[in-house]
Amino acid sequence: MSPDATILCTLPKAPTGIVGLDDITLGGLPAGRPTLFCGAAGCGKTLFAMTFLVNGITQFDEPGVFMSFEERAADLTANFASLGYDLDGLVAAGKLAIDHVRVERGEIEETGEYDLEGLFVRLGYAVDTIGAKRVVLDTIESLFSGFTDPSILRAELRRLFGWIKDRGLTAVITGERGDGQLTRQGLEEYVSDCVIVLDNRVQDQITTRRLRVVKYRGSAHGTNEYPFLIDGQGISVLPVTSSGLMRPVSNEIIPSGIFGLDSMMRTGGFYRGSSILLSGVAGTGKTTIGSHFVDAACARGERCMFFVLEEGADEICRNARSVGLDLKQWVERGLLRFEASRPSLYGLEMHLARMHRDLDAFKPDMVVVDPISAFRGPPTEVHATLLRMLDLLKSRGITTLFTSLRTETTEGEGTDHGLSSLMDVWIKLVDIEANGERNRILYLVKSRGMSHSNQVREYRVTDSGVELIEAYIGPEGVLTGTARLSQEAREKAAAKRRLEEVERRRREIGRRRDALERQIEELRANLEVEEEEARKLLAEEEGHEATLAVDRAVFAARRGAAE
Amino acid sequence: MTEDESPPKDLPPEADQISDPDSDPGYFQLRLYVAGQTVKSLAAMANLKRICEDHLAGHYEIIVIDLLKNPKLASGDQILAIPTLVRRLPAPLKRIIGDLSNTERVLVGLDIRAKDVGPKDKDL
Repeated sequence: MSPDATILCTLPKAPTGIVGLDDITLGGLPAGRPTLFCGAAGCGKTLFAMTFLVNGITQFDEPGVFMSFEERAADLTANFASLGYDLDGLVAAGKLAIDHVRVERGEIEETGEYDLEGLFVRLGYAVDTIGAKRVVLDTIESLFSGFTDPSILRAELRRLFGWIKDRGLTAVITGERGDGQLTRQGLEEYVSDCVIVLDNRVQDQITTRRLRVVKYRGSAHGTNEYPFLIDGQGISVLPVTSSGLMRPVSNEIIPSGIFGLDSMMRTGGFYRGSSILLSGVAGTGKTTIGSHFVDAACARGERCMFFVLEEGADEICRNARSVGLDLKQWVERGLLRFEASRPSLYGLEMHLARMHRDLDAFKPDMVVVDPISAFRGPPTEVHATLLRMLDLLKSRGITTLFTSLRTETTEGEGTDHGLSSLMDVWIKLVDIEANGERNRILYLVKSRGMSHSNQVREYRVTDSGVELIEAYIGPEGVLTGTARLSQEAREKAAAKRRLEEVERRRREIGRRRDALERQIEELRANLEVEEEEARKLLAEEEGHEATLAVDRAVFAARRGAAE
Repeated sequence: MTEDESPPKDLPPEADQISDPDSDPGYFQLRLYVAGQTVKSLAAMANLKRICEDHLAGHYEIIVIDLLKNPKLASGDQILAIPTLVRRLPAPLKRIIGDLSNTERVLVGLDIRAKDVGPKDKDL
């Protein structure tokens, strides 16, 4: 198989179908070659091997042979039934062959030269019967306990791996971790194409499984230790590599669901895919605001995931109902999913790993993590984990709300695991204690890429949700709560008084105008009377004058006649 | 091992002359697994025949199984090494691997000669 593959193209690979492992190995295990999985007891070697086979059958139509040197076929079937693998069904369908090789030294007497041709015959027979492409040998090192002469075994193993390669079988060989070397019997010496080490580490009483590709001939591969997960859904390996900062950005604006909050930003909401940090001390309503975000997103028909670390899903739903939010309806409609787990249940890596898997499965548009301050551990590790969590979410364009508890000691511009500088939006909730009451105010400390209000807002948690109120900012300073109310009442009274004064003056002016107008009327009436009299006098005067003239004429005539 | 009658371990082969496998507790049913006519296989066959004739004359049966012809049979008797001699009867099942060139060990392996005979011989 391999000689032809010397062209630029990479080695032919056999995908394992295990989430993440194929990413790390850039396609899968080397096809037609053996791969060694080694690790201490309980690392999941057998599980990896069986998953490789079952996925090969169900996803890639490659039948497989499982040669077990430890567990009996019936035990394997029972154990893997818990993962939903129907081994009996696969065997019956002629896709899977399980051969249990029992090695018991007590039953074997060595009486001269021998080889392990029997093993070859059995493997060859099983492979030929079902046309297998994949083979698992689990754990072949058990042979070393069955035979006294390791030199024969080593020679035979070398021959076996050569034979596997010649047959073009993709093989997984498992081996127990040994002291100072990868496996007890140094299997890595024979299986040198691809070696994957599994590890199960306990730190602070928390177990984390990790996987590392030690070598992979002829192919690049991820070199880190990657956490992996074994649960009811099988294995998932999480290539939580910190991706670069090249990611698509969205200009779409999505409202928060809290009216007053949106109006604090000129855009009327947050950018889709942005990360929002909501920090506040206990009892400032972080979860409630988070519920608002979720409710608004679900109402838009978006899918949401709520990662809760301190409460249960039902508690969140019940508490949200008290502020008038019905989150249960979204859960029922399949738009909202809660993932509740105690932070101490797994290590940080495992939390990240689970989140990775959940995101892949549910594909949400919005995620709320409540709260990130619940992650405890060495600060650098917590920071690195959260950074990767942020990267993970951002690279998928998921809008994320992180809540963070600020304690009294981290008061001030609390560091929040040093994450605040990485966030796009930082909303700070503050509890103000004054006049014998606590009031909640909110600042928009930052909101990248948009102009936003620099002013404080008071918010109240009411039966119908969170309400933002413009805090009183005036000559008296910033007032909240009843102080704001009484100040507002005082101002209202003063305003009323001013209004009454104006009215009174207006009436006064009216009255005076009336009085003046009346005076004007009187004067005008007097004037008219006087004018009348004057006119009369004048008329009389004129009459008098005319009479006089007539009289003079009469007199003149009379005088003229007499002369 | 059965409770009432444990199989005879040190039964001298010549003690009973009846050669009916059902009633003869000293009857040996042997299977020799080989893979083709290799040097080791041929040596094992020759050695087995000689040992049986010397120690179990008339009380044994040998079936030679060539796994190249019948690969299916390999898993039934848990065969890994070739050649393997399996003692089916008397119980319990015994496996002897190798070309059977070490007669002493074959006899011990088949319970024809007890393991602790060796040191006793030395004492004598």
